[in-house]
Amino acid sequence: MVALTPVERTEPSFYVPVVAAFGALAGLFVGTAQGSSLLGILVGAALMGVIAFVLTKVIKDERRGRLALLVALAAAGFSMGGIAAGIIGAAFGWFFGWMSFWLYESRYRQHLVPYLTPGQVLWHYTFRVICGAILVFLITPIIVVMPLSFNAEDFFTFTPEMLRFDPAGYSLKHYEDFFTNSDWQGALANSVKIAPAATLLSVAFGTLAAIGLSQPHVPFRRAIMAVLISPMIVPLIISAAGMYFFYSRIGLQGTYIGVVLAHAALGIPFVIITVTATLVGFDNSLTRAAANMGANPVTTFFRVQMPLILPGVISGGLFAFITSFDEVVVVLFVGSAGQKTLPWQMFTGLREQISPTILAVATILVIISIALLTVVEMLRRRSERLRGMSPG
Amino acid sequence: MKLTKTLLATTALTVAAGMASADGHMASEMTIVSWGGAYSNSQQEAYHNPYMEKTGVNIINDSSSSEAVAKLRAMNEAGNVTWDVVDVVAADAIRLCDEGLAMEIDPDEHLAPAPDGTSAEDDFGDLIVSDCFIPQIVYSTTFGYRTDMVGDTPPTSVCDVFDTEAYPGKRALEKNPINNMEWALLCDGVAKDEVYDVLETEEGQQQALDKLATIKDEVIWWSAGADTPQLLADGEIVMGSTYNGRLFSVIEEQKQPVAMLWDAQVFDLDGWIIPAGLPEDRLARALDYIYFATDTQRLADQSKYISYGPARASSAPLVSTHADLGIEMAPHMPTDPENAKNTFLYNYEFWADYRDDIDAKFQAWLAQ
Repeated sequence: MVALTPVERTEPSFYVPVVAAFGALAGLFVGTAQGSSLLGILVGAALMGVIAFVLTKVIKDERRGRLALLVALAAAGFSMGGIAAGIIGAAFGWFFGWMSFWLYESRYRQHLVPYLTPGQVLWHYTFRVICGAILVFLITPIIVVMPLSFNAEDFFTFTPEMLRFDPAGYSLKHYEDFFTNSDWQGALANSVKIAPAATLLSVAFGTLAAIGLSQPHVPFRRAIMAVLISPMIVPLIISAAGMYFFYSRIGLQGTYIGVVLAHAALGIPFVIITVTATLVGFDNSLTRAAANMGANPVTTFFRVQMPLILPGVISGGLFAFITSFDEVVVVLFVGSAGQKTLPWQMFTGLREQISPTILAVATILVIISIALLTVVEMLRRRSERLRGMSPG
Repeated sequence: MKLTKTLLATTALTVAAGMASADGHMASEMTIVSWGGAYSNSQQEAYHNPYMEKTGVNIINDSSSSEAVAKLRAMNEAGNVTWDVVDVVAADAIRLCDEGLAMEIDPDEHLAPAPDGTSAEDDFGDLIVSDCFIPQIVYSTTFGYRTDMVGDTPPTSVCDVFDTEAYPGKRALEKNPINNMEWALLCDGVAKDEVYDVLETEEGQQQALDKLATIKDEVIWWSAGADTPQLLADGEIVMGSTYNGRLFSVIEEQKQPVAMLWDAQVFDLDGWIIPAGLPEDRLARALDYIYFATDTQRLADQSKYISYGPARASSAPLVSTHADLGIEMAPHMPTDPENAKNTFLYNYEFWADYRDDIDAKFQAWLAQ
């Protein structure tokens, strides 16, 4: 790659403080873990500032200097806290070695257009760091849960054995508990029975409602739409309390059908919204053409309209399914112990007994969600390919 | 439209299967509400399983005891009581009884006599604190500490909780004035038999809060019984209060470096109530279950699975060893003479009168 921008080495007065600032941040984490945040910040800043200067001005040989730093910090980490700390130390060593030379050699400007001001260069990288940080904050809580679910003990704790990667610190017993415990299996069975039924009802009613409401001649379209969407907007606890008293009067509280109906009501708005969105691009002359060729409205719907709006219907259905599968507030009110779903079981489990079985279940659910989304995305691409809508 | 048809067919099948199973077990089932976790397990083993075997009734567990009062009120309002037997602490039983949400029980008519012929009323004795309450266990709220974080001199007195110099580190206390106020006064030089007299006065309440304020910065406030065991296992706290059964599980079952501090443990009772207004057939079944589950042998059996003391005097000699660990359970009971050298009994009358008032003060103090 040709460097567009002429670069020259920077002054220590620029890169040493910057590396030291990052050193302070790293020191904050290490220091907090060791018991003194302030000391960590000071030591981290001083140490990394000196290292940046020594690497670039004294050692000068980039490959050897960075390797030496990596090994030194890995050893320091290892002596402080075993293998896990050693790996963190190595990561720090790699990062600070890379950063020192990246700044010193002005590599950060190399791939940017020459006319950017220093402020714009700073923003260019700040923006990327912010985006990265958002992803990290979103994903870390989910990632942390996964290794904990293999904990050999019954607590949400990274034991010393786990941090040493000792096999004795890990076990599958929480997964075993999930698959053998009748409470969890009953809850899983209930979820699997309730969610598809609620999804089917949501999809059927939601799609019909969306089609009806997209006809220009329907009176009070906006008002009807607002009513149908309301379960999504009204706070869940209000819907749940209302449903509880209403369903109790008509004998649906604590029944399977009651929970399915309640979840269907929650899922319908998602289907209406996604199907309405796909209907915007639907050409109504196609239905007239079908009618012209003698197809009745039902045939027209299934043979002409449905295939074209299917992506919207499926993604609406998926949302409805997840809504029912993840829902805990309404089922607490409308269901009774006989309809205990997985989220309900997790909720009580977390309150009454903090057991990593919850984490094992969470891990399994995350994997199922990923698999589900992958399958849907693959189906979508396949249908696009078959219909020649995309070259891939 | 293969996909649509497959989807339709599968879902129709699921719905049908769901409805079939939903209708299938309505005939002879009962819903028993309890606390969940290890406690529900002990009831499952000691009461539910033998009862289901004996009668063929299917028991469904609902772990909603912590919101039992609110839920029973809502059920009563909606005219649809779906619970058959509910496990609650004595204080909740008293409230439910006062509000007419629980049924009054006649111990001699509804409960089994002791094997030696002693009437149920005498066998339970003072523990029948309300007309609606059927005592089941005696538990205590007490402290556990990390044995590896207290040096060579483990704490021996509840006042060590307030001594942050000798025992530095965080402590866990319940986010609730009950017990904390008593312990604070006790460690501020108030004699044990005067604690509630002092606590009745404004100055006394302030004195207790002032004492708690000396360690406020070092306290993690818990609200679920599982919190303190988790914090102890983490090494996040050096000592913390919780129910003694939870600590037993941490020490003996999970083998954590934790020990009990029994000093000034506060006794409390937990037991059954039957919701008021059950239809005839369900009421008969609930009473039949209660008669079975609270007899002398059944109460003693429960202590094989959890370290709570049986509420009947006649059950005490029958307490044996833990079902899985094989250790003697008697020394782990809060009522064991060795553990019960210095105890408090939860004062129901005092807290019934002063709860709202002191609660408000305590929460305001917490928020300062």
